[in-house]
Formats: sequence, structure tokens, C-alpha cells
Amino acid sequence: MEPVTTVEGRAYPFGMKNVDTDIIIPAHYLKTVTRNGLGRGAFEALRKDPANVFDDPAHKGAPIIIAGDNFGCGSSREHAAWALLDMGVKAVIAPSFSDIFAGNAFKNGIVTVALPQEAIDRLMEVAETDPITIDLEAQTVTTPFQDRWTFAIDPFRKHCLTEGLDEVGLTLKSDAAISAYEARQRESQPWIAKGTGLAA
Amino acid sequence: MRRPGRKCRIMASKPRTLYEKIWDTHVIEQRPDGTCLLFIDRHLVHEVTSPQAFEALRLNGRKVRRPELTLAVPDHNLPTTARVDASGARVPIADVESRQQLEALERNAPEFGVRYFGATAAQQGIVHVVGPEQGFSLPGTTIVCGDSHTACHGGVGALAFGIGTSEVEHVLATQTLQLRQSKTMEIRVEGELGPGISSKDLILHIIGVIGTAGGTGHVIEYRGPVFEKMSIEGRLTVCNMSIEGGARAGLIAPDETTFAYLKGRPLAPQGADWDAAVAYWKTLHTDEGAVFDKSVVIQASDVQPTVTWGTSPEDTVAIGGVVPDPASFADPSKQRAARASLDYMGLEPGQPMAEVEVQNIFIGSCTNSRIEDLRAAAEVLKGRHVHPNIKWGIVVPGSGLVKLQAEAEGLDKVFTEAGLEWREPGCSACLGMNPDKVPPGERSASTSNRNFVGRQGPGARTHLVSPAMAAAAAVTGRLTDVRELTG
Repeated sequence: MEPVTTVEGRAYPFGMKNVDTDIIIPAHYLKTVTRNGLGRGAFEALRKDPANVFDDPAHKGAPIIIAGDNFGCGSSREHAAWALLDMGVKAVIAPSFSDIFAGNAFKNGIVTVALPQEAIDRLMEVAETDPITIDLEAQTVTTPFQDRWTFAIDPFRKHCLTEGLDEVGLTLKSDAAISAYEARQRESQPWIAKGTGLAA
Repeated sequence: MRRPGRKCRIMASKPRTLYEKIWDTHVIEQRPDGTCLLFIDRHLVHEVTSPQAFEALRLNGRKVRRPELTLAVPDHNLPTTARVDASGARVPIADVESRQQLEALERNAPEFGVRYFGATAAQQGIVHVVGPEQGFSLPGTTIVCGDSHTACHGGVGALAFGIGTSEVEHVLATQTLQLRQSKTMEIRVEGELGPGISSKDLILHIIGVIGTAGGTGHVIEYRGPVFEKMSIEGRLTVCNMSIEGGARAGLIAPDETTFAYLKGRPLAPQGADWDAAVAYWKTLHTDEGAVFDKSVVIQASDVQPTVTWGTSPEDTVAIGGVVPDPASFADPSKQRAARASLDYMGLEPGQPMAEVEVQNIFIGSCTNSRIEDLRAAAEVLKGRHVHPNIKWGIVVPGSGLVKLQAEAEGLDKVFTEAGLEWREPGCSACLGMNPDKVPPGERSASTSNRNFVGRQGPGARTHLVSPAMAAAAAVTGRLTDVRELTG
């Protein structure tokens, strides 16, 4: 994964609350066996409105989405993160995110920034005309008008994002600890290890 | 008994919640920043969220670490029409992309040594129906699946939650996840549910109270006499929809009802293992004095047969109520959302819910497709016929085994004689990935879990209800208080 340190550029002043993953990418796009090309289905229902923000030439191709509370609620489909990535989105700023979506975004190098509603309201204004900068190292969001907010991020996620780490590779470094756990579990709770009864 | 997990806490004697007990038992190691490496006991895999994960394993030359802890079954885009023809040959799937996705799972499972219940096996069904039914989902285990309704398995006392495809790959390769501990939330229901009030009405009511983000960052434990008396099917329905309240997982402490449900199931422990397992499972309850980060109390007597009016599962109202006025909400963003919902749903403020006509009936989904759900719907439909308003109505059992059981009880005949179609198992019209969809602009009374915009098909208008309420709507052609038919 590519390391991410800053995300800078125009933003979509979207603002919608409770954006569910069916809105981000409807189910009929989930039949793919690859991660690519889902941008064509992103926000499909909303984009039927010719005045939608995502096809507005002033914003099209922006790397940041400004949204309302509880962004990404609903299904666990990682296709939602892949669809955003495919349309060029690298960060979402909202007051809060669903847990599963935030995890999926992180695994794909999309930064989720939680800021209070007042900051969102101000960013919605700025996004109409000007760019926004997210500095992951400094954990700040800034605008060309001296606005500046700091945000919290899980230190482990920050480390993985800024270093572009492969999480599976990272976990496999703990192979010995996993094996030791498995041996203890086989002894104390043997019924768990039997699983499906196949290839045990 | 010695537990395999390292103690994450300094004060081991501190009273703990059920969630904390299961969590602690599964911690392999903890980083200084609080992130834990958690062991995963059970992994359910389906065709939609797994192809990219298996592909990544192949590209990196990695294997499935513990294939015997993984169970694969197709459910999401499998058509629910006949899968074999009169000669016994497989009926090909018309949709090319769906077929390719199913073929990918059919190839990946044997290639990686994973047990697979194929499209025509009696054990095939919706992952969240199959897991408990097979005894694969067990109390005190950690269960994951690339599907947000994995919360369902909390009904047997498992810590179960949905994951994305990158995490599916991570679990396949390592049998672990990197996670931070969630906060704990207690939902205590006091008193008893009234006659004719189901577990679905209860969970819809709860989501209406806490909102779709009410449980975000938390694991919910449902507590109180209502849950102690509830069947496992009912508990699975409640825990299933925890995610609609924002919680990644929901739990109900295992008890004698749980043990009786699991005993003798094909993948449940047997003999001495069974006795040891039950002895352990009996320790899985929240300790006296344990503290939850958040607590919500619900009065069971407040719960009525419940329906949704909008496009979020929190948009609930009693069947005797009316469509709310968006201006009645305090939050301006909720007012905007409510106006957009009513516009999409084609409803007016003040309209009585019981006058809303429906054209489609869907009885199924991981929320409500178990034998008890089908019995509840059949009880209402027995000797009755669907109303002329109804253009399309299907009953989709949760698994091949549920289907066989229902047929043995004659429930299929009740449905078909009433004018509903009896289908093969799968996720079906819950998410409209397979050909089962609600047409644009039409309404459905649906026993599924999400009434999102376009969820059951582009432009479809979904009203979430219980199986008995869906059956009542089928009979009257409008949303109806089922107690008027059964009372």
C-alpha cells in the first residue's frame, strides 16, 4: 500500500447524514471478483439527479468528501471503500463513521477524519470554492483562510497509513505467539479446534 | 479451567461483562497503544466478499492458516428459483457476473482446503442461518464473516461481527484480527412482551429508541427476562439487527435454552467435549457488579407491532401510529433526512401506517427465515389468501434444512395455497443482488433488516416488519396490525 502523509485538494461539499453503504455502492455492483472499476457505480442513485455534487465540474475528481454524521453505516462491503478509491477519493471528513467502514477505508489507505459538526459546517462552505488540506503527520485539517482543526487517530492506524504497511505481513511476525495460543486452546478448549471437521 | 488468552487487565478479579470475558480469552498479544491481536475461532465465507481475499492470498503465496475453522457457503447472489431441473441436472445461472462469483467460491474452497456447502446441498443457506443450525457457531467463540449481519450469532452467546474483505484475507492468512476493545452497552428490557409481539418488533423498537448510530463503537448485551424466555431463533433475530443500531456486535448470555438448541447438531461438540464445553459456557455471563459504558432501559410494555416509515431502520413507528411530520424532529439534519425519506417513500405526514398499501411481500433474510419465523407467518396465512393488491410475494427459507423442515410441517402448502411463492434458500430480496427485486415505486412489507434507498431494487420502497406482520399485510394488501387477524 502507498504511504499517505497528506491529502490536499478540492472537496465534495456533500454533507449528507447516515450515508449508508448501499448509497455509496448499490448491491448490483458487488458481483465483481476484482477491486477495480467500482467508481462507475459510486453514489449511483444520487447521481441520477443532474444537479448532484459528484458530477459538478467544480468538484469532479476531488480527493476529499465532507459528509454528515455516521458515514458508511450499514453493510460491511469493502466495495464501498474501493468505489471511493476508484473515483479518486483519498479522505472523508465527517462527525462520525461506522466502525466497519472506518476499518475498510483504513485498509485501503483512505483517511477518515472525525471533526465536530461546527467544523463540518465551515468546511462545507470552504469546499464550495477552495481546497482543504489534511496533514496526517500533524493530525490537522486546514483551509487557505486560517481555519485549523486537530483530529484524533488511532496510533496504530496512523503508523500503518504513513508507512504504507501490509497488515497481514505485520501480523505474521507474531506467528510464534499465534501458534502458542493455538496450542493452549487445543488443550483447554479442544472442541473449538475441531471446527468443520475437515482437514483438522 | 485454564483459558488460552493472556489477561489484558491488571485486576483479573474485577467483575467483567460477558463481552469482556470473551475478549480477554481471545487476546494473543496486546500492543502498548491498546491494539490487541485477537484469535478468531470461526470464519464464515460467502461468494460476494471473498473472491478478492482468496486472490490476494494466491498473489502473495499464502495459505489459509486454519482451514478447519472456516466454512464457505454461497448465499448472496444465488437465484432462489429451482437449482436442479427435472432430470437432476444443475440449472445454469443466467447472470454472467453472478455465475463467475459463485464459480470463484466453488474453486477457492477446495483449493484452500475449506469445507464448502454448495448450491444444491441441503446444508446450503444464508451464512447466518447455517452457522447456528450446524452447531458451528458456539457460545464464547469469536466469529467473523464478510457481512455486517454476523452480529446475528450473538444469539448463541458468541462474539460475532462483520468484517471487510481485507480483514477476510487477514483472518484466512492468520486466523486473527488486529482490533481495539469496544465499549460496552447494556440494553435491558424490563417486563414482558404483550401477546402477538415478536422479537422483530422488539429490535425495531429498540433501534427506533437508540438510533442507527446509538451503538457505534460499542458491543451490545441484551439483558432482562424477555431475552431469558426468548427462543434461540428470536435471539438471533435481535442480535442480527445490532448493526442497524450501529453496534458491530450484539450478545445474549448462553443458557439452558442455548445448550438445548445446540446439543446434537452436526458440528457441535460431542461426548466429553460437550460436557466440558457446557461447563465452560455456564461461566459466560456478566458478573454481578460489572459496569457497562452505556445503559439503556426499555419497557417491554411499550413495544407494539412495529413498522418502518422511512429509509433508515431507526425510522420506526407502532402500526397504530402515523407517518411523522419531519418538522417534529429537533435536529435540522434529521428534519432534512425525514423529508427526503418521505419523498422517496411517497408518504405524507400524518398518514396512518395501517392505511399504507403494499404490492410486494418478502418473507426471508438472515433476520427472519428460520423455522419459527415461517411458522409465525404460516399461522396467519393458514386458510387465507393474499389480497389482490399483492403483485409479488415470496417466502425464502434460510437454509435447505429449514426448507425441508417447513415442508415436513406442511408450511410450504400454506404459503402456496395462500398465493405466495415458495423458493430455494438465499439472501434474495433483502438486498436485491440476485433476480429477486421489488420494482421501482412499489412498496414491500419485508421481514429483512434494511429499508435503505434502493436496497431491495432501484426505487423500491421497503417497510420492515416481522414475519407475522408480513403475512398480515399479504392478506389485507396494506400494513396491518396482525392482532386484528389473530386476536
